[in-house]
Amino acid sequence: MRLGYALGEVGHGLRRNVSMVISIVLVTLVSLTFVGTALLLQFQITQMKNYWYDRAQVAIYLCTDSSPSAACPQGEASADVKTTVEQRLDSQLIKPYVQRYYFENHQKAYQNFEQEFKGESIAQYVQPNQLNETFWVKLKDPNQSAIITQSFNGVAGVEEVRDQRSYLDQIFSILNAASLAAIGVAVLMLLSAALLISTTIRLSALSRRRELSIMRLVGASNFTIQLPFILEGVVAATIGSVLASGVVFGIVHFFVQGYLAQVLPFTSFVGVGKALVVAPILVGIGVILSALASGVAIRRYLRI
Amino acid sequence: MIRIDNVTKQYRGANRPALDGVSLEIDKGDFVFLVGASGSGKSSLMRLILREDVPNSGIVHVLGENLRRIPGRRVPYFRRKMGMVFQDFRLLPNKTVAQNVAFSLEVIGKSRAFIQTAVPDVLEMVGLGHKANNLPSELSGGEQQRVALARAIVNKPAILLADEPTGNLDPATTEEIMRLIERINAAGTTVVMATHDRGIVDRMQKRVVVLSQGKIVSDARDAGYLLAGEATSVAAPAVTIEEEE
Repeated sequence: MRLGYALGEVGHGLRRNVSMVISIVLVTLVSLTFVGTALLLQFQITQMKNYWYDRAQVAIYLCTDSSPSAACPQGEASADVKTTVEQRLDSQLIKPYVQRYYFENHQKAYQNFEQEFKGESIAQYVQPNQLNETFWVKLKDPNQSAIITQSFNGVAGVEEVRDQRSYLDQIFSILNAASLAAIGVAVLMLLSAALLISTTIRLSALSRRRELSIMRLVGASNFTIQLPFILEGVVAATIGSVLASGVVFGIVHFFVQGYLAQVLPFTSFVGVGKALVVAPILVGIGVILSALASGVAIRRYLRI
Repeated sequence: MIRIDNVTKQYRGANRPALDGVSLEIDKGDFVFLVGASGSGKSSLMRLILREDVPNSGIVHVLGENLRRIPGRRVPYFRRKMGMVFQDFRLLPNKTVAQNVAFSLEVIGKSRAFIQTAVPDVLEMVGLGHKANNLPSELSGGEQQRVALARAIVNKPAILLADEPTGNLDPATTEEIMRLIERINAAGTTVVMATHDRGIVDRMQKRVVVLSQGKIVSDARDAGYLLAGEATSVAAPAVTIEEEE
């Protein structure tokens, strides 16, 4: 088997089928861009989870005068309630799970609120005593928030116990759904890419059937006969996957870092490093998929 | 060299076997004509010898290989020891004469150095040294068949299979091609040639195997005498049909 011969045949085949090759390149480009985007989203979710789960706390909201009466029949929580909550947080039962906690009174809550909604009209209407006094509990293991929720829900004077992670989980499940949707589209596109590759290879074999019949006649090995076709598919798909890697790199560099990171400065976004992780995965998928598709196609076309 | 034992081959959808209990032995260096009407089974027999097909029953032994048992990946290596020419030459129209011959060596992995000496040698032998750089379309039919012969023998095969090699050629050219095939045979290559042309068979005085309706009806060396008798049975297959019924 001479490599020069195989490469010459590949070049020949690629030139002969230019339009089909371009369509393979485009389909792999688009499908692998979807795969890459889905991978980036997963990286983003993991990164945000690490960041936010570390900071997420459990809030024990105490009753105010304006709380709904179902949860707070006696109105504003008394000093006794605060002592009870404090004692229970310090009890042997709960203390081992708690890393630290602090109390936020009406005044502090109002300051935080003002800061958060600075310049918005709602800040003018809210009074300090409308905002809950809150015990912010930081757990050693954020997964064990149920312990706090169960111990304090229903305690007189406590309006609600809320794990902040429940807000985050909603965001993550939206991101996750988006990445699953991208994967779903990618799988369909990859399927059509595989079919397109096998059709192209079959066409290419058909246009070279004279050569092929002579090759079989003079005893060229199956490997020699098949390799140029498999390489043809692989070369086209590799071009597509390298371009897809470039697009993923561009998305990270120009859109995520260049735009999103500027607009949302307090969120941690995936960096170019992650694109460098995604690129070899995309090229790998492209090469394996095309080798399989063209290998199967040519094997079914050429029986001995 | 070639041993065919009680071989039957029926193609799917055919109502009668293409080969029906055929037995044949061909020794090294033999020159054998296969004659018979269209559909008598000549081409089917050649396809079995080249392992293009596998018989439904019976044994095909060629060059020490049992062709029913040979694994698929070894078939190409088996075919390298065979040469084959056809009525329609089967040259690549976009390659020159030399490239056509070189192609068959390139694809079996011969070195460039070997190709550079073997191709001019074989073209010289078939008398086409001066047309090495012409395209097949610029050659006459006889010349094209010589290129095909050059391609078939350039790798020094043990057996040359020729399926109606003179079918498209005029009598004078036919004579040239037959002289060439005889020279190839004289150099030690076993030749099996299927033909319709009784003139050739009469002149060459070689072993003749006559096929009719997938059966061997005669196999004799003194061809001229026998063929005259067998030709009638080839021409009148009704006799055989009556026998079958």
